[in-house]
Amino acid sequence: MAIVDSIASLGQACIRFVLGLGNFAILLAKILMRTGAIWRRPRLIGAQVHFLGNHSLAIILVAGLFVGLVLGLQGYYTLRRYGSEQALGLLVALALVRELGPVIAALLFAGRAGTSLTAEIGLMKAGEQLAALETMAVDPVARVLGPRFYGGLIVVPLLATLFSAVGILGGWLVGVVLIGVDPGAFWSQMSGGVDFWDDVVNGVIKSVVFGIAVTQIALMQGYGAQPTPEGVARATTLTVVVGSLAVLGLDFVLTALMFGEL
Amino acid sequence: MPSDDPVAVQQKAAVAPDAPGASPVVAFRRLSFGYGDRQIIDGVSFEIRSGQVVALMGGSGVGKTTLLRLISGLVAPQQGTVEVFGKPLDSTHQTRLYEARRRMGLLFQFGALFTDLTCFENVAFPIREHTNLSESMIRDLVLLKLECVGLRGAAELKPSEISGGMARRVALARAIALDPELILYDEPFAGLDPISLGVTANLIRGLNNALGATSVVVTHDVAETFAIADRIFVFAPSPTGAKLAAQGTPEELRMSEDPFVRQFLDGRMDGPVRFHYPAPPIGQAFGLGGP
Repeated sequence: MAIVDSIASLGQACIRFVLGLGNFAILLAKILMRTGAIWRRPRLIGAQVHFLGNHSLAIILVAGLFVGLVLGLQGYYTLRRYGSEQALGLLVALALVRELGPVIAALLFAGRAGTSLTAEIGLMKAGEQLAALETMAVDPVARVLGPRFYGGLIVVPLLATLFSAVGILGGWLVGVVLIGVDPGAFWSQMSGGVDFWDDVVNGVIKSVVFGIAVTQIALMQGYGAQPTPEGVARATTLTVVVGSLAVLGLDFVLTALMFGEL
Repeated sequence: MPSDDPVAVQQKAAVAPDAPGASPVVAFRRLSFGYGDRQIIDGVSFEIRSGQVVALMGGSGVGKTTLLRLISGLVAPQQGTVEVFGKPLDSTHQTRLYEARRRMGLLFQFGALFTDLTCFENVAFPIREHTNLSESMIRDLVLLKLECVGLRGAAELKPSEISGGMARRVALARAIALDPELILYDEPFAGLDPISLGVTANLIRGLNNALGATSVVVTHDVAETFAIADRIFVFAPSPTGAKLAAQGTPEELRMSEDPFVRQFLDGRMDGPVRFHYPAPPIGQAFGLGGP
C-alpha cells in the first residue's frame, strides 16, 4: 500500500505541476492579449515601475556591493596563484554581467517586490476589490495585473544592471583600492574581454526572462490565492519558493543556450 | 417604527407597488447553482420588474448573496438561465457581460473599497474608467454622490480612516456613480446604527425613485425591508438547495400563513427551519450516555 500511496502522491504532484504550468500560460496569454489596452495607460505602468523599483532598490544596491567585494577578494586570491591578478576586472565583470547580476537581482526581486505583489493582489481578492472591479465592468487583468506585469518586466533588467554596476565597483574597491591591483589593467582587461553582444546583451536577455517569470509567478499566486489570511500567506511563500526555483532553473537553460555547446 | 416612517411610506407610494405591466429587468429561469458538490439553489424561477425595490430574504447561507452574484455574472448558473435587461447573461462573453454590468451597480456587504484610494477617488473610479468627463465635471459628480450619502466631508479620507458603516455608504456612492439602471445591495443594513439604518433604507428607496432604477436588496432586516420594498421574495433551505418559499408585497407576506414565512418574519426558534446544525444527541457528546 505504501508503494501505491507513493505513486499516487507522485501522480498528484505531477498533475499539480502541469496544472500550475497551464494556469501560468493562460494568465500570461490573457495579459499579453490585453497589451494594447494596458499600454494605453502608461501612467499605470510608470507607477508600478516606480513602486517595484523603489521596493527593491536599496537591497539590490547593498547586495550588489557586497557580492562585488567578495568576488573581488576571492577572485584575487585565486588569480594570484596563477599570476593573473591583472585579470581581476575581467573576472568580476563577466561573473556579474553574465550570471550573478541577473540571477541575484531576480532572486532579491522575488523576495522583496514579488511577495509584495502577491500579498497586495491576494488581499485585493480577499477584500472583494477584484470582484468590485469586475462588477464595475473593469477588467482586473488589464487594470491590475497588466501594469504590474510590465512594471516588473521593465524593473528587473534595470535592477540587474544596477546590481552588476555596483558589484563591479565593489570589485574595484577591493582589488584596486585595498589590495593594489593595477587600475589600468583592471579596467583595460575588463573592456577588452567583455563582449557587448555575447555578455552584456545576453545578461540583459536573461534578466528580462527572469523578470517575466518572477513577476508572472507573483501575480499568478496572488490572483489564484484562497481569499483567506492563510491563503494569502501560503501564496506569498510560494512566490518566493517557486520564483527562486524558476530563476535558477531558467538560468541553467539560458546559460546552456547562450554560452554552452549543448 | 420603520414601517411608519412617513418619508419611506410616501416614497414607496410614488411607484406602483406591483407594476405587473412593467418589463422584467432580471429573470431567473429554473436556475440551479452550487459550489462543488454543495447545492445552493435548486430550480428557482422568478422575475424582478422595472422600477421596483425588491428584497431577497431568507436565512443565513440560503444563497441570497449567490443570487446577486448570479445577476452580476460573477458566477454562472449550472442549470437554467439568468436574464438581465431582457438578455441571457453570458459570463463566457466578456464584452456582452461588461455591457450589462455598465448598467448596474453592486454594493458589496463590506464595501470592497479600494484601500489605497481616498473616498473621493473611490467614487471617481468608475467615472474615470467609463467616461471622458473633465476633472471639474468628475469632481462635481463625485461630491454630489458623496453628498447623497452624507459623506461629502469625508471625501479626502482613506477607507481605513472611516467606520465600517461609513465605508458602506461610500461604496453606495460608488455603486451609483454612473446612475445605474439596476442597483444590487448585499446586506446594506448589516452592522448599521439605528440612525444610519433608517437613513440608508430611505436612501435606497429615494435613489430608486430618483434614478428610475430597479433595486434588489439582500437582507435579513424585516422591519426596514417591509418599509421600503415593493415586492419580497423569501427563500427557504431544502436538502437539494434553496427554493423560493413565498413572494408578494409586504402586506401579502404579513398575512401569509406559510409556516416558513411565519417562522422567518416572527423570528421563531421552532418551525420548519432547524436552528441547530445536525449533530448527535447532546448527552452522547458530553459522554452522559442516553440515546
